[in-house]
Amino acid sequence: MAVDLRAKLGHIELPNPIMTASGCAGAGRELAQFMDVSKLGAVVTKSVMLSPRSGRPTPRMAETPSGMLNSIGLQGPGIDAFLQRDLPWLLSRGARAVVSIAGGTVAEYADLAGRLSDAAGVTAIEVNISCPNVEHRGQVFACDPGASSAVIEAVRARARYDIPVFAKLSPDVTDIVAIAKACVEAGADGLSMINTLLGMVIDTDTMRPRLAGLTGGLSGPAIRPVAVRCIWQVHEALPNVPIIGMGGVRTGLDALELILAGASMVSVGTIIFQDASACMRILRELEEELTARGVERLADVVGLAHQARALGSNVRRS
Amino acid sequence: MTSDMEAQAGPVQVRGTVLTVRRVDAYFGMTLVAPAIAARFKPGQFITLAVGGPDSSMLLSRAFSIHDVRPDHGGTVEIVFAVHGRGTQWLAERRARDVLDVTGPLGKPFPLPRDPANCLLIGGGYGSAPLFSLADKLRERGCQTDFLLGAGSGDRVFGALTARRTGRTATITTEDGSLGSRGMVTDMLDQVIHEARTDVIYACGPMPMLRQITALAARYDIPVQAAVEEAMACGVGVCMTCVLPVIGSDGITRMSRSCVDGPVFRGEQVRWDEVGTIPFDAFGAPGWEPRSRRAAQAGQAGNGTPQAEPRGAAGRPSHGS
Repeated sequence: MAVDLRAKLGHIELPNPIMTASGCAGAGRELAQFMDVSKLGAVVTKSVMLSPRSGRPTPRMAETPSGMLNSIGLQGPGIDAFLQRDLPWLLSRGARAVVSIAGGTVAEYADLAGRLSDAAGVTAIEVNISCPNVEHRGQVFACDPGASSAVIEAVRARARYDIPVFAKLSPDVTDIVAIAKACVEAGADGLSMINTLLGMVIDTDTMRPRLAGLTGGLSGPAIRPVAVRCIWQVHEALPNVPIIGMGGVRTGLDALELILAGASMVSVGTIIFQDASACMRILRELEEELTARGVERLADVVGLAHQARALGSNVRRS
Repeated sequence: MTSDMEAQAGPVQVRGTVLTVRRVDAYFGMTLVAPAIAARFKPGQFITLAVGGPDSSMLLSRAFSIHDVRPDHGGTVEIVFAVHGRGTQWLAERRARDVLDVTGPLGKPFPLPRDPANCLLIGGGYGSAPLFSLADKLRERGCQTDFLLGAGSGDRVFGALTARRTGRTATITTEDGSLGSRGMVTDMLDQVIHEARTDVIYACGPMPMLRQITALAARYDIPVQAAVEEAMACGVGVCMTCVLPVIGSDGITRMSRSCVDGPVFRGEQVRWDEVGTIPFDAFGAPGWEPRSRRAAQAGQAGNGTPQAEPRGAAGRPSHGS
């Protein structure tokens, strides 16, 4: 018996809950050499900005215990090239495109939402609010409920009504539930969490920071417990808001953990750098784990860990 | 040797079985059974390996240029590596019949000359690993191959014997003088170019070496095909960590990925002095504008020219740690 893996991205139904995580899969093209991108729940693109951007100097990454730091600086060709080249390619392959957008001002985010709404075929917009607000001393939008709310409200207003808008939250905040609530009140159809945690590595030979950009975003299995905690807290407070969970997912079991915490979809990120077809493996493993637990529908286990008694008590321990 | 008839495009992700791991002077050589990769291989391309097993705390793939492929066991792939850190240490401890996750062949291969030419192949350290399969291909096309290999010491000159056996000439340099002449490959470059009447240079090694070779070769108007060593996380073009400033055919500098746009670049297209920085005129750099707009404002250019960002720590080799 096959498990019903369908997942709801706002009002849009996806065949399964597994997606790429923004920034770990480009716009799908490179990974298509190793897997069929139309078999994914969706491809979440690298964050697109209005203008081309060269990013930060190298070194841009450092391996850390069960993780990595990156400081790419949102290198990308900008929205024009994305609409001309990347989006049509994704659509031609039958992939569902969740487009991540990033900006330095509220107006930039809104303009991007407008451009994407004018183009046909965008499944959803994921708003990367972990960007410095150039109009507010570079304070990261995602760290302030008011700034987060302003971005989401502007994007929701400009995005076509039938394109779900997901706000991607940063874990580097004191109260993630407050930010989540602000985004939902501003019109977010769902939440993505978590973005990377800000970290730093110092090279003890050169006695200097390892990254040219000094700090970078920490990702990988090292941060998975933080993701589980954030998803748990937000699902507890906002049980009806769909969540795309991400943060250190390496196996189907890891994906299931995020789902049990409250995610109805799961993005796969850093492990792609080691295993280009990781998403398909994780999807297969997730289905096997659900089958082993006698679960018929994925939707039945979303947030299940919040219930007083989960149905897992009869599962054999391996 | 795989015939071109069998060669297929595009990399594959496979489980490769270790055939042998052995010491080669200061390095390790590893042979993996990976027929699909062997069949697709062209000299200059590389593979990535996952290290540390399924629960490894080391998440990033390690990239290794392919030394050679052979038809045994359906197709084998050979790499050469130095133990730099825990990842390469783990690889050195693999034994026959261990199975590794292998992806490849990745990256753009060395372009081959259309007509027979005098080719000089320059390698620093085990950067010379990909040059020998390249030399085979060049000789198949009627090219002459001369080698110029260098390293810190004699045990770190990879392939000196093969170079002497198969090359028309082989010049070796070591910094400590323990093999060949004392010095760097660049000290011998003028002389070798003259004696070998070099038409084209293929080079692989550390960035400073590639920079100097490109500068010297420019004086003689000799094209250089340089395989760069940049730190990579994925090897397949998605992580954007291995970028360096490369001038495109349209004259615009872009932060290009060495994994998919390289690792082989024409020497004069790489802005070697600015590796590790974002040149102020690079596509998408802070203050970057399309040329049309810049031209329109040329008359009123003031003192607000954005400076290139400071260079960080030295670029790390792509050969893993």
